[in-house]
Order: sequence, then C-alpha cells, then structure tokens
Amino acid sequence: MTRIAVLVKDIPDLNEVKVDVTTRRPMVEGAKRRLNDLDKRALEAALRIKESGGVEVITISLGDNRTKSSILEALAMGADAAYLVSDPSLKGLDANKTSQILKAALRKAGDFDIIIAGELSLDGMGAQVGPRVAELLGLPQITYAKELKFEAGKFKATRNLEDVDEVIEAEPPFLVTVVREINEPRIPSLMNIMKAKKKPFTEWNAEALGLKADDLKASSTVEVVDLQVPEVKRKHIVIKAEKVDEAVSKLVSILTEIGVLE
Amino acid sequence: MKTLIYSENVELSLQLLGKALQLSGADVSALTFSASQAKELVEYGVTVYNVKDSTTDTIKAALLQIISSETPDLVLVGSTRRGREIASRVAAILNAGYSADCYDIQPTNGGFTTKRLTYGGSVIAMGIIKGKPAIVSAPPRSFQKPETQGQRGRIVELDLPTSSSKIKVVETRLKRVGDAGLENAKVIVSAGRGFKKREDLRLLEELAVELSAKMGCSRPISADLGWMDQWVGISGKKVAPRLYVACGISGTIQHAAGIRDSQTIVSINSDESAGIHELSDYSLIGDIYTVLPALTKALRERAK
Repeated sequence: MTRIAVLVKDIPDLNEVKVDVTTRRPMVEGAKRRLNDLDKRALEAALRIKESGGVEVITISLGDNRTKSSILEALAMGADAAYLVSDPSLKGLDANKTSQILKAALRKAGDFDIIIAGELSLDGMGAQVGPRVAELLGLPQITYAKELKFEAGKFKATRNLEDVDEVIEAEPPFLVTVVREINEPRIPSLMNIMKAKKKPFTEWNAEALGLKADDLKASSTVEVVDLQVPEVKRKHIVIKAEKVDEAVSKLVSILTEIGVLE
Repeated sequence: MKTLIYSENVELSLQLLGKALQLSGADVSALTFSASQAKELVEYGVTVYNVKDSTTDTIKAALLQIISSETPDLVLVGSTRRGREIASRVAAILNAGYSADCYDIQPTNGGFTTKRLTYGGSVIAMGIIKGKPAIVSAPPRSFQKPETQGQRGRIVELDLPTSSSKIKVVETRLKRVGDAGLENAKVIVSAGRGFKKREDLRLLEELAVELSAKMGCSRPISADLGWMDQWVGISGKKVAPRLYVACGISGTIQHAAGIRDSQTIVSINSDESAGIHELSDYSLIGDIYTVLPALTKALRERAK
C-alpha cells in the first residue's frame, strides 16, 4: 500500500474579501472560507496516482472549526481520511511554526511515501511551508511540479522553473509541491459529497501532538504587523452618452489625446 | 551589520548587492555559481564565495557553511523558484524567520521590517523578522544595481562534496523564448462574463485587430467555460500593457491584481456599479454588444 499525504489549507475566498474604506485593511475574518485552489490541485494529483490502485490518500490541515467544511470538500473529491490540527491557541503562527506543527501531525498520522502540497496558499503567498516540511522530515523534494506521473514503477515529475523545465525521476519517499498547470481539480458528485461525511475525520489539538502553544508563540520568527490594501490611483472618468456613437467617439478622442493609441 | 546575498541569476544578484551595500556598507558576502559571476561581483569590494555546481543541495550546503562562518544578520536571496525553495529549506534547518518575495526591507530594532504582497497580490503585508539570521527573498527589480564599483574584494573557491540525492534530473528543457504572449503585450483587449456565447468573442477579435492588441479574458471565460487559453488575474497572467480594455468584466480581486500595472485601463460595462469601474481610468457605461462594433468602426475610420 502506497500512502500519500496531501497538505490542504482553507483560506478566505478572495472574491469575498472586502476592504474597510477608512483603514484600507482587508476584512479577512468575515469572508467565507474555501480550500486553497493549489491544494485542490495537489489533492487531484494524489487522486490520479490513486487510480493506479493500492494507494491511500489522506489530508493534513492546520486550522480551526471552520476548516471542517472545507475539508469535507477534499473528502468528497476522493481523499480517504482527513486529519485536522485545530486549536485556538495555535492561531496566527508563522510559516516556521506552521511547518513544525504539520511535521508533528504527519509523524502522528503514520508513514508516507509521498507528501504533496500546493506551491503556496493565495492568502499568505510565502511558498515556504512545503519545502520547510520536507526539510524538517529529512525528505528529498521536488518543488513547482507541473506534472507528476507514476509509470512503469517509477515516479516522474516535471518542474516548471523560470528558464527551464526540469524532468525528474524520484523514488519515494519524497515531497512534491505543485503549480497551477498540473491539472484541473475534479468537482465532486452529489453522492460523493454525501459519502464524505462518513469518512474518517480525526482532530488533534496542540497537546495531542505533544506541542506547547506558548513555546511556539514565544519562538515565532516572523510577525505580520499590518495589512493594507493599496488605493487604486485611477482617473475614474465615466463616459456616458445617449447614443453609443457619441460615447465611443468621446472615448477615441480621449485615448488619442493621452497618446495610448498608435 | 552583515549581509549575505545569493541568486543564480546574475542580474538579480547585482540588484541584491545594491541593497546589501546600502544596508551593510562593505560588510557583504555573496555566493556565486560561475567564475564570471564571481568576477562581476568581486569588483564591488565584497567577499565572494564561488561554487562550481548549482544543484540545490550544493547551494544549501554552501549557504549553511557561509552563514556559520560569516554569521550574517541578513541573508538576501533572489526570489526565483529555485531561490524560494532554498531559502525555505535553509530557514527550516536554522529554525529561522524567512519572508518571501519582499520588495522592501529596512532594519528595525534587532530585526528587519519587510513589505510584500499577499492575498493574491492585492494586499501589502508589513512584517517583522526576528532572530539571526533573518532570511529574505526579493523579486527582480525590487532594488537597484550599485552605481559604482568599489575596491576589489576577494574570491574564495568553495569545494563541497557532490550529493547523492534520490531525486534525479533526467532532462532539462529550455523554455521557448519570444513566446511572451500577454505578459509583454502593449495593448490588451479582454473579455468577461458579459459575453453570452463563444461566437460573440469575434466582437473582441475585431477590436483587437484595430488596436493591434492581444486578447485576454477573466478567469471564468477560460477556466470555467474554456473559451480562451489564458486568463488575466492572480492565478492567471499578470499584465502591464500601455492600454487595457476590459469588456464585460465585473472586476473581482482576482482580476484586479492581474491588471494593476496597466498604464491606462478602459472598461466597457453596462452595469454602472460593477467593481471594474473602481479600477478604471475611463469607464464607458454601455452594452458591449453595441459598444464594441461602434468602437471598432470608429478606430477603423480614425486609421484612414
């Protein structure tokens, strides 16, 4: 049996994040949460390997009670079981500590042949949890994979780097992070959504993992002190006219005047 | 204050050097991967550690060795995909704080304050890194190359054992260059959900011809409907044209972050309250089905 762990995170839905007009801060707390798109693609990559048979796919997350509904989506997509580290005292930790917690959770969840993660989560955009976890577990890693295949008893991956594509052959155990191009995640059927609720779901707090939240907080290395949505400096000129032709010719003459037309 | 810099990209390593010299005076060391890169950087009076191969494991080992001997306060890494992986790994080994993709960095009380983009590029996060070393990666063009060369520094050749990783690179394929597409387009016309049928995209095509524009679209048109290959947005292409014309696009955060660097943004949308107007220099309130043919015609006549 090949065991694959996928790191999945729920993040605020970016289409729902509104901005406080006086402070220019994003109102992140109120937004609906959903699985990070790249993590869904990481899961999809695992599920495609699972199709070759003899594979178990589990998910590992760090979150809170709101994370549960997002994880149900992962189970509905086809993960066999989910593990969630949920503890209010572990909220707001940096990538350094997050990686240490995920390492502890992965150890407790058993041995894995492959760990897959998204290259980054769209909220924090640090792209460091995957590589850090691999390093903490002493695993080789393949980052930024746009292809991951199991063929003739071998794992093959293609890394999407700025200047080159790198084709990799690897023997488990290893960790992979994936980019958007790797696949299109499946949309679970209604029946699978129903079934998801019956799949094994394990929750751990800090204590269950042998972690002391106070120690983790005290040794935090990066602290976010402010979030600001930059003001868009645009001209905001509205062109309205009774007749379409008038509006259009007004627009064309403005664009000619400011020199953006050739 | 001491700074160690590294990027496998020569141009980017010079930009990092510019920032490092500004922060640390001459107390800068650099890791390089070729004799020519070492030669270029050493003219700025810094200590250059050169290694002959640039596999990830070698870079990691070299960085750890230099960090332990030089004890830098700051390790500044070029934010390429390779660079971000290595920065994370070194940070994990050293239990150190690392901030990725920072376009600004300032020393503060016993640490560094950084600025970086989060939430898909729409939110600036200001953070503080504590502890030593602080690790920061910075994307291209965040900092300027140093203006003048200094006294010649010294080059130290590092000899590191080659690793025997279970990860084997079996092929390296150079990417096609010149296939720049949307990212380098000067003019872009872009379609949103205002288009009701795929066939209607010909209205956009005709406009694109008159403007010598590339065509783009919002995420749903490509990812959900599959009408076009590439979309503009956080998860798609980030663009910076001279002129961006958003046709029937509502203007989500997703799309906003992708078009922010455009010089002039024109939107055509019948919904006066659509978010795209907030992002636009010129908003033409109207139905794309009548506005686009009229605009195409007007531009054609102008060209005559």
